[in-house]
Formats: sequence, C-alpha cells, structure tokens
Amino acid sequence: MSQKQEDENPAEETGEEKQDTQEKEGMLPERAEEAKLKAKYPSLGQKPGGSDFLMKRLQKGQKYFDSGDYNMAKAKMKNKQLPSAGPDKNLVTGDHIPTPQDLPQRKSSLVTSKLAGGQVE
Amino acid sequence: MAGAGGGGCPAGGNDLQWCFSQVKGAVDEDVAEADVISTVEFSHSGDLLATGDKGGRVVIFQREQENKSRPHSRGEYNVYSTFQSHEPEFDYLKSLEIEEKINKIRWLPQQGAARFLLSTNDKTIKLWKISERDKRAEGYNLKDEDGRLRDPLRITALRVPILKPMDLMVEASPRRVFANAHTYHINSISVNSDHETYLSADDLRINLWHLEITDRSFNIVDIKPANMEELTEVITAAEFHPHQCNVLVYSSSKGTIRLCDMRSSALCDRHSKFFEEPEDPSSRSFFSEIISSVSDVKFSHSGRYMMTRDYLSVKVWDLNMESRPVETHQVHEYLRSKLCSLYENDCIFDKFECCWNGSDSAIMTGSYNNFFRMFDRTTWRDVTLEASRENSKPRASLKPRRVCAGGKRKKDEVSVDSLDFSKKILHTAWHPVENIIAVAATNNLYIFQDKAN
Repeated sequence: MSQKQEDENPAEETGEEKQDTQEKEGMLPERAEEAKLKAKYPSLGQKPGGSDFLMKRLQKGQKYFDSGDYNMAKAKMKNKQLPSAGPDKNLVTGDHIPTPQDLPQRKSSLVTSKLAGGQVE
Repeated sequence: MAGAGGGGCPAGGNDLQWCFSQVKGAVDEDVAEADVISTVEFSHSGDLLATGDKGGRVVIFQREQENKSRPHSRGEYNVYSTFQSHEPEFDYLKSLEIEEKINKIRWLPQQGAARFLLSTNDKTIKLWKISERDKRAEGYNLKDEDGRLRDPLRITALRVPILKPMDLMVEASPRRVFANAHTYHINSISVNSDHETYLSADDLRINLWHLEITDRSFNIVDIKPANMEELTEVITAAEFHPHQCNVLVYSSSKGTIRLCDMRSSALCDRHSKFFEEPEDPSSRSFFSEIISSVSDVKFSHSGRYMMTRDYLSVKVWDLNMESRPVETHQVHEYLRSKLCSLYENDCIFDKFECCWNGSDSAIMTGSYNNFFRMFDRTTWRDVTLEASRENSKPRASLKPRRVCAGGKRKKDEVSVDSLDFSKKILHTAWHPVENIIAVAATNNLYIFQDKAN
C-alpha cells in the first residue's frame, strides 16, 4: 500500500486521517512485539538503538588473539576448567580467551565465481 | 492493511509485463559464503552489468548485440570479464579482520574505449580498468613467437613487428588503490558529476577523493563525537547529486537525511538541508529507531527527488521540502507484527537497497522470500514479484505474488509465517534506459525484461 501526503481524493478520507488510522492499527502490533521482546530479555537496555548497538556495529570484525593470554589460559586449564569457549556476542571480550580454534580460518585461494561459469540461459 | 500486493496489474509504467530472461549462478542447495552477491550495478549505458560478491570477486556481464541469426538472444547478458578485486586482510595493529566482500561497485562514465569502475570493501577502494585487446604484435626482433629470447648474435636483420588480429581478450587491471583513509567500515562510494572526484563514506566520516590521486583524501563530513559514549547515530549511505557537483546527501541510522553543499565550507558538518519525517511520539517503541534507519539513499535521475529505504518502507522526497516525504510506499508492512523475532534473528538489521527506473516513473526494492516490490509512481500501482528457479522458463511471465498477513489465506497467497527470511533480496538494479532489471537472490543473479522488449 502506498500513500501520498497530499490531498488526492477529497471524497475519501484525507491523506492524514488515513495515515492516523493506519498508524493506530500498526501501533498495536509493534507495541505487542516490544512487550514480547522485553519479556524474553528483561535486561534489555533503556536506550533502544543507542550507544551499545552502534558500538557493536562499529566494532564489527574485531578479533582478539594474544599469545600470552592464550598460553597462560592453557596453563591454568590444568588446574581448573575454563568457562566454555563460545563466540562472545558482547562488546567486551571479558574472561573469554580467544583460541586459534575460535578464530575463523583465513580463506585460502581464489576460485572463479560461479556467476562466471556455467550455462547461459 | 492485510496483503501486500496491489491489484493484480503489473507495475512499472505503461502496463509492463515482466518476464524471466536469464539466471546466473549455481543451483546448489549449499551456498558457499563467498558466492553471496553483495552488489549489482549497471553501467551508464546499460550495456555492462557488474556484480560483486562476498569472496571479493567481480563479474561483469555484457549485453549481446541484437543478432538476426540468433533472434532468441535478444539482448542477453553474458560474461565479459571476471577478476578478484579484493582479498581478505588482517590488520594486526588493530586486531581487525578485513573482509574481502565487495560492498559497492560504481561505474565511471565512459570516456574512451576502456571501461572503468570503482569497487570497494570495508577499507579500500580500487579503480579498475577493463579493456579489450583484439590485436597482437608478431615478428619481434629479440624474441621468437614462443616468447623465448633469441640469441642476439644470430640476429642479422631488423624487422618491424606487425599487428595481427586475435581472439578478443578482456583484461582487468587495477589502476588506483585508495587505501588507509577509513577507520570505520565503508558503506558507500559515489562518483561525482564532475567525473574527476568521488566520495567514500564510512559509519562516521565521508571523504572526497580525486580519481588520479591516491595518497591524499579530504574529509568532508565527520560526525564522530569527541566522546564515543555520546555516539547516537552513524552514517548509513551517501551519494553525490547527479548534476550538481557541489551537492551530496547522506543518511543516518536515525532515519534522517542531510544534504550538504561543498561550496559553503570545507568541512560539511553543518548541513544545508535536513530531511526528517516527524514522528508521532505516542507511537514510539523499542523498534522505532531501528526500523527508521535508512539503509539506502538514491537521487532520481532528474536530480529533483531522492528516495530512501528504511526497514519497512520506501520514501520519495522532494529536495525542496525537508519536512516530510512526498510519497511513502509500504514494502512489507505485515512484518510489523513480527519485529520481535526479526530482532532476535538479526533480520531487522538487513540493509535493503532501492533503485529508480530510467525515467523516474517507477521504483524497486527487495524483500524476503526472494520477493521484490515495484511501485509505479504515475499509476500508483504496486506489484510483488518473485525471483525463483521454478519460474525460470525463457520469456515466462512473472506472476504477481501476494502475502497474507492474517486471517484466511487465499489460494496462491503466501502466509507471513511461511516466508523464508534467509532468502533476502537486498540488491537490485534497473537498466538506465530500458525495462530490464537485475535482481540478486543470494548467490543467483536474475535478469528480467519487459515482454515488449
């Protein structure tokens, strides 16, 4: 459905009224969705789409590997179990010591794109 | 507002009937990450079509000349050139993996026989020259035909090498590498109408380059706050005006668009125009800002309008009116009641692009389930079409699709819950003149044409 913001058909509802009705109808689903989300994740921050989310976006691609940390962690493991190493979605690496296994493999060499090969239809 | 299809009439102006033309790419169920198409762009004349993928490769297709002996290959696109544009890198200093994914390709206007394009990944922009070679020199003095060096003592006479025809060879060579100018991830590049400069935009900054100069770039927009804790918005897209070489626009994650005039000052931090649709504060929710984030901004060919794409809609703005858009087209409003799960699976952050047709009378954008939407601005009709292998017989007409938002699902309708959110059409392109469109569906490139073509 498309809307024009000018008065096109005086016989029908004016553009603005139509928009209002639609927004009200659209309101309930969006608010209901928000309630669902807050129910699942009560600790979700007060600033939606704010700093945390943006910082995460800016930091995309950040991988940390420190051989010193890694070796110290390996040594500690003899004494106690480290928390399970799963990729940490949070900003801060915190207690998680990345291991070479965590880091994705560097891609090897270059294969021609499949778009360039194959049958032409 | 159930249902997303318009009346069953085709859109695109003048009663167009879209038909399947070609599909490129493998049919595999298991799609390799590298094969995912990340950008599609027609050249200015439309005879070349470039694609970039996550593996850093560029494939260029060329439209075949109309040929009486092969009437069925009515302007088909076939592979012209392919090359590895970018490779994966690792910035050891910052512990940053730099993806080779091609974010954008932009063609330079053609000036000679060779063709030029700019391709960019997150950090580096490259200028590629694509040239044809159909002649080869023969009869060298110092080496024989195999290329082996001849014994200089045996050369007793001089000859002039002659040029002989050879099979067409298309070569791509990197002519410029524009590196080290972006701390954050490049989302846009745009060639200026002066044909000498271009801009590159990342999350927080926009730089101006000269096509000939790689060791220097001017920063023209910088929205990085002194204290990063105060960061509230990022730049999501930027473009130069098609005719006015001093004008550019950039969009933000908060749903605003700023127009800047480079004549007013060297640093365009103060906008000349600020476009934002007023929001009803009572309708604000957790998702409001996220879905208002503009994922693409495109000027119309005329330069009078611009179009923005946010998560649920496409808006057309008159550059002379900053207060609100002149048109709003709903792409998939039925997703509003799915925002919670779309947030959880990250789909709410998908960046859809949008494009104009050559005459600015129609606009197109992608959606999920390999659906894409077209809106005719003159007839006010819209249509939902699907890019699928099932509908890929040559010249087969595309049937309009309909999504059922709730209630009784009619025959041929697809219910919202059965939409495949992994099949997203983020990148589409419209031929600059004719009714030919290129639609990227994950690892496949579909080309559709108007029946009348």
